Amino acid sequence: MLKAEHVTKYYQNSKVIEDVSVEVKSGELVCLLGASGIGKTTLFQILSGLVRPDEGAVYLAGEDITGQPGKMSYMQQKDLLLPFETVINNVSIPLVLAGTPKKEAHAKAFSYFSEFRLEGCERKYPHQLSGGMRQRAALLRAYLFSGELMLLDEPFSALDVMTKAAMQKWFVKIFSTHRSTALFITHDVDEAILLSDRIYIMAGVPGKICHEIKLDSENRSDPDFLVSQRFLECKRLVLGLHLNG
Amino acid sequence: MTKKYQSITNKMYPAAFILLLLLAWSLVCVSKIVPPYLLPSPYAVIEALAGDFPLLAAHAGTTLTEALFGLFLSVVFGVLTACVMDRFEPLYLAVYPVLVLTQTIPAIAIAPLLVLWMGFGMAPKVLLIFITCFFPIAVSTLSGLRSVDQDVVDLFRSMGASPLQILARVKLKASLDSFFAGLKLAAAYSIIGAVISEWLGGAGGLGVYMTRVRKAYAFDKMFAAIILISLVSLLLMKFIEIIHKKSMPWR
Repeated sequence: MLKAEHVTKYYQNSKVIEDVSVEVKSGELVCLLGASGIGKTTLFQILSGLVRPDEGAVYLAGEDITGQPGKMSYMQQKDLLLPFETVINNVSIPLVLAGTPKKEAHAKAFSYFSEFRLEGCERKYPHQLSGGMRQRAALLRAYLFSGELMLLDEPFSALDVMTKAAMQKWFVKIFSTHRSTALFITHDVDEAILLSDRIYIMAGVPGKICHEIKLDSENRSDPDFLVSQRFLECKRLVLGLHLNG
Repeated sequence: MTKKYQSITNKMYPAAFILLLLLAWSLVCVSKIVPPYLLPSPYAVIEALAGDFPLLAAHAGTTLTEALFGLFLSVVFGVLTACVMDRFEPLYLAVYPVLVLTQTIPAIAIAPLLVLWMGFGMAPKVLLIFITCFFPIAVSTLSGLRSVDQDVVDLFRSMGASPLQILARVKLKASLDSFFAGLKLAAAYSIIGAVISEWLGGAGGLGVYMTRVRKAYAFDKMFAAIILISLVSLLLMKFIEIIHKKSMPWR
């Protein structure tokens, strides 16, 4: 579905990422794992079309979309909800931008509110919500722009451990019911193993994809997976690959 | 409760200080250190204000009309200029230093020129107010527009928003605080600008009233006009503050 081929990007004459190729197939939840500052966000900016790569190209369903924003959802680390708009206005933004009348946009957005656990918050302002709710609102906004393909940059990293665990569980459920496709960034090994079908490990200076690991998606449905032997084996594998470059 | 109490006591300090100043002023007058025709007592000023009130109110109305008209024009053109300069970086680089340069020209120096060019009517007055108010509004709005989080702009771009959509849906609302800071400053300037331009001639306005009573050496009326000018400025600024609060219901 989404494919990046041999992408290289320089910032101020220093190479940030080098010869990166990734692919996300329809229905997959793929994770980009790597330390902070390795160029994961740069890669996302390139995939989303906000930034042009110096070399390489990005394809969506076979079509070259290099440097063209507006083709997929891109949820950044911060929730970036507009402080001066109500929650319903905030999540309806992608629909309104596309020309949907406000009333219709609100109705469509509202139909997802219970599923995204935002009931009763329509008329509230972002600063009145908890961190988890804000993140879910941002996710709903991303979903309403393009549910088929989403780029998620550390969507849960700003949350405390308990909220994070609940959000991950909820996210897996939402993701599988809507049969969405997503590529997400994390530096949390547990999160990567828990959520993804495949993991790309990014390391080095400049950042390169050094490994690709396939996981079986049965994992997610098992409530005890996080404390199972299988999980630990995965973790050992990932950490080993990561640490040895 | 304590917060409310705090805000009341905080307001008492300046009130007490003003009372103290008034008392000192009265003492100077009562003791006749300065002759009363040079420095009227606070009581005489209040008397003049009350006695001439209908006339003063009519002149104040003229001044306020000019000020509001000039202010309105500066808001329209100031915001428009800020938006265009924010959108086109070369224009920003070219125009911004010139804008700052124009601020070194004192309004009082160009006022006589404007009168020579445009006569004693409303036009030169409104133009002078426009010239003085345009800068604070344009510059503060521009700084508001430019300080919008680039990540938010990127988010909107990633959702396919055009620059105009980003301006309308994000930047303008995010700049409200800066805009109102500039507008408040401009409001004070607008009244000052109106009075200065009226000094140079015209049929009405507090500046005209001031030049008339000055020629009659009616210092009490002079003071009454000064007090009314600052009162009108304060009211205008308060009014803007109220609109500011009303325009941001999310606070």
